[in-house]
Amino acid sequence: MNRRKFLQTMVTAGAGTIWLGPNAWARTFDPGTASTRRLIVVFLRGAVDGLNLVVPYREANYYRQRPKIAIARPGEADGAVDLDGQFGLHPALSPLLPFWQQGSLAFVHAAGSPDPTRSHFDGQDNIESGTPGNKATRDGWLNRLEGALPADPALRAAPTRAVSIGAVLPRVFLGSNRVTTIASGATALRPSVLDRPKVNEAFASIYRDDARLGGTFREYVAARGDVVMALEQADPEMHEANNGAPPSYAFAGDAIRLAALMRRDRRVQLGFLAVSGWDTHANQGGAKGQLANLLTPFAQGMAALAQNLGAAYADTAIVVVSEFGRTVAQNGNGGTDHGHGNVMWLIGGNVAGGKVHGDWPGLDDGQLHDGRDLPVTTDYRTVLAQVCERHLLLPDAKLSDVFPTMPKQLTPIEVIRG
Amino acid sequence: MNLRILGIALAVPCMALVLALVLAKNALAEPASRAEAIHVLSRLAYGPRPGDIERLARIGVDAYIDEQLHPDAISMPEPLTRRLQALSQGEMSQAGLITTYRRVIKAAMNDGSGGAPGGGVAMRNALYKKMAVHFGELRLTRAIDSPRQLEEVMDEFWFNHFNVVAGKGLDHVLIADYEREAIRPYVLGKFRDLLGATAKHPAMLFYLDNWLSSAASADARPRIAGTKAEISGLNENYARELMELHTLGADGGYTQQDVTALARMLTGWSFNPQLAGTGPTFRFVARLHDVGDKVWLDRPVTARGEAEGEWALDVLASHPATAHHIAYELAQYFVADDPPTALVERMARRFVESDGEIRAVLETLFASPEFRDPANFGAKFKTPYQYVVSAVRAAAIDVRNVRPLLATLTRLGMPLYGCQSPDGYKNTEDVWLNPDALAQRISFATALASGRIPLAKVIDDGIANDPYGRDTTESVDNPAADRPGSDAVMPLDSVALLATLGDRISPEARTRIAAADPPTLRAALVLGGPDFMRH
Repeated sequence: MNRRKFLQTMVTAGAGTIWLGPNAWARTFDPGTASTRRLIVVFLRGAVDGLNLVVPYREANYYRQRPKIAIARPGEADGAVDLDGQFGLHPALSPLLPFWQQGSLAFVHAAGSPDPTRSHFDGQDNIESGTPGNKATRDGWLNRLEGALPADPALRAAPTRAVSIGAVLPRVFLGSNRVTTIASGATALRPSVLDRPKVNEAFASIYRDDARLGGTFREYVAARGDVVMALEQADPEMHEANNGAPPSYAFAGDAIRLAALMRRDRRVQLGFLAVSGWDTHANQGGAKGQLANLLTPFAQGMAALAQNLGAAYADTAIVVVSEFGRTVAQNGNGGTDHGHGNVMWLIGGNVAGGKVHGDWPGLDDGQLHDGRDLPVTTDYRTVLAQVCERHLLLPDAKLSDVFPTMPKQLTPIEVIRG
Repeated sequence: MNLRILGIALAVPCMALVLALVLAKNALAEPASRAEAIHVLSRLAYGPRPGDIERLARIGVDAYIDEQLHPDAISMPEPLTRRLQALSQGEMSQAGLITTYRRVIKAAMNDGSGGAPGGGVAMRNALYKKMAVHFGELRLTRAIDSPRQLEEVMDEFWFNHFNVVAGKGLDHVLIADYEREAIRPYVLGKFRDLLGATAKHPAMLFYLDNWLSSAASADARPRIAGTKAEISGLNENYARELMELHTLGADGGYTQQDVTALARMLTGWSFNPQLAGTGPTFRFVARLHDVGDKVWLDRPVTARGEAEGEWALDVLASHPATAHHIAYELAQYFVADDPPTALVERMARRFVESDGEIRAVLETLFASPEFRDPANFGAKFKTPYQYVVSAVRAAAIDVRNVRPLLATLTRLGMPLYGCQSPDGYKNTEDVWLNPDALAQRISFATALASGRIPLAKVIDDGIANDPYGRDTTESVDNPAADRPGSDAVMPLDSVALLATLGDRISPEARTRIAAADPPTLRAALVLGGPDFMRH
């Protein structure tokens, strides 16, 4: 079935089928009155090497410990791009410089989870559950946030209020509030057999009897029309925005689709994307090489995400996070092993950008966590809590729904403009 | 007690009485035993094939479990044996595979053609593609058709536990060798053997970088083109995952110092990429080994070369934390997402008492009241792999072309041999159940039921990997519009499917299926409905 035909199906299906109510079309793009504040979380799975992303180029120990993989100082060949006289950006991330210059890209260095684990899987759990060190938590903070955020009935009922891209529902979105999933890649726009009314009806009937799976089925059906409609309408613009060239990297495509969805449908409030492949134990390279080859398309994808949000950019915060950082020293193979503190990124209209936030501890041997890693001086929950409260307008009293325990933050941070 | 034994036990003169008793037994106990038969077929096997439930009900669940725990005594059907022999023809030795990889990588690096046909890059990509299909054929053919189903289930379980990914460098060519040499021989044997075999296989040594790890004083270069790393110090990757994922578990009580110490003990565990001939390529490279003394898990370790690593594997394999970790994983896989604690403890005890004998631990598991508890029947949400394999089994399709199945697994988020991270795939509902995943399964079920997936097609290498052949959505309402060609399988018969799956499909669902309009949707509703999503 081609797209035109799909749209026709949608329209003709309007009479009498459950999955497309008669108001579906009108509902889909009702801009509403209040602006919706949105959040996109991008998870870099595998523990990205933050010290080579936002480079502390004044630190002698950085260059001593990383003779083969350090990013040179700004001004030197293949050097970092200076940010503030202390930190420099990996040259592969330079597509993001305009956001820094316009004051809507910020970093928080030496950030992360207080839990000392160097297990990828425990580390990701810690960030996603929102309760580091407590494995008993079943749901994820992004799901709890969905339940805690104030919303009018229309927003609360929207099937696309929370969207995850990819085949697997991430830990951060587990919980009692509903989340819709969209396939990664161009599959998202492919016709589904469930777009056909008769097939849809038959399956709706057999799923009606199953409380758990029936709910999931109905969530798919409820969101499908909205998602396809938004993506269909955004598609020509997407092509235009990207000069018709398909994104060379799956992330960029997914990012553009998510951005388009958010731009077209104001009810899409929370989004999640993950990118893996950052576990650079061997031969990670410096300004060029393995990590740089991953960062180049990632930076392009991030820039495309921000740009494709269009007018919604002003109301959106994008947070980039990874489970932990990597060792200050390179290992025996020009790679880095599992470390502790890392850098978090924030991009968006309300972000207090153009600044590397946080309490930078320095990299002298005496400062290092376990004698080898960047310490965590800013708990990731402190950053996220501020995003929730100041940007998403989560009432103070509801914060404990999202993060039941909060750390005592010694250094106040201002990552969202007050 | 099954019917036959009951009949013999009651060999009394009055046949009418016997008959009455048998009928009574039939009416009362038979449904329970059929439910148990379905449960056992769902968990020890990838679901029933036609006639399986009846056979189990006849021989009894316990006899089936015992049979499956001793797979060597189960005869393989002749066609399957022939098929597997054909697939393995021309299989290269480990050394041959590595040599091929090195040659192709070198050609790709020297390719100035920018990927033109006949160039090195094209050659490399063609090899990778061919290998991926070959690995898929080997695995899926057995998973679908082997009567030694538990062996297949455990093969998948242990491969996943000791995961390596086909997409990383040398492992593009080594997957089948790894599975055949390091996993399959030990799936019901001693855990220590499995641990040792994976530790020494080049696929694992490469995947988790141990082949690059060395004493700080070393100064060597890896002898595989394209690996630019120098060998000049420690790499913790394998040592950490060995304790966290393969043995003790993340809460197993070790520290960062223990990770570093174990990595040092394992320096020099490598393989010879330049070896010729057959046999394993593992070798201990003494000049890369850290000869200093270490302290590991609070024990002093005096320097003794390769023996340090062997001893470490002994300690890890017999550690109570390992017993608990493995018991938990098995119980979660076979019983419930939240496995009962008492069962896990009993299994862990059996693991320790039996010196890590997997068959013994499984005996405890399968005989347990928790495994037999009807509350756990049909309570696990299938993984994409379980879903796809069980659908093809239920449909009794003679698969000649696994490409569409491989593509479906990728689409469902579980590409075969494609889990990038070393923890392998999860098998719990919270991970796999979500709206889009359900819709993707329904699409697959509908295409499969309509006979449009070209599973019967014998294809030469290089044919495009379109999962569903063509657009699958057109002919559902009107199958006559596009009759399947010789490469497709016949549309599935819902009556046959329902007979195969027995009570796994509920009476309510059967009513819905019978009422489906158009009737061509019925088989799709069997395989795409909620009951078949679980097992």
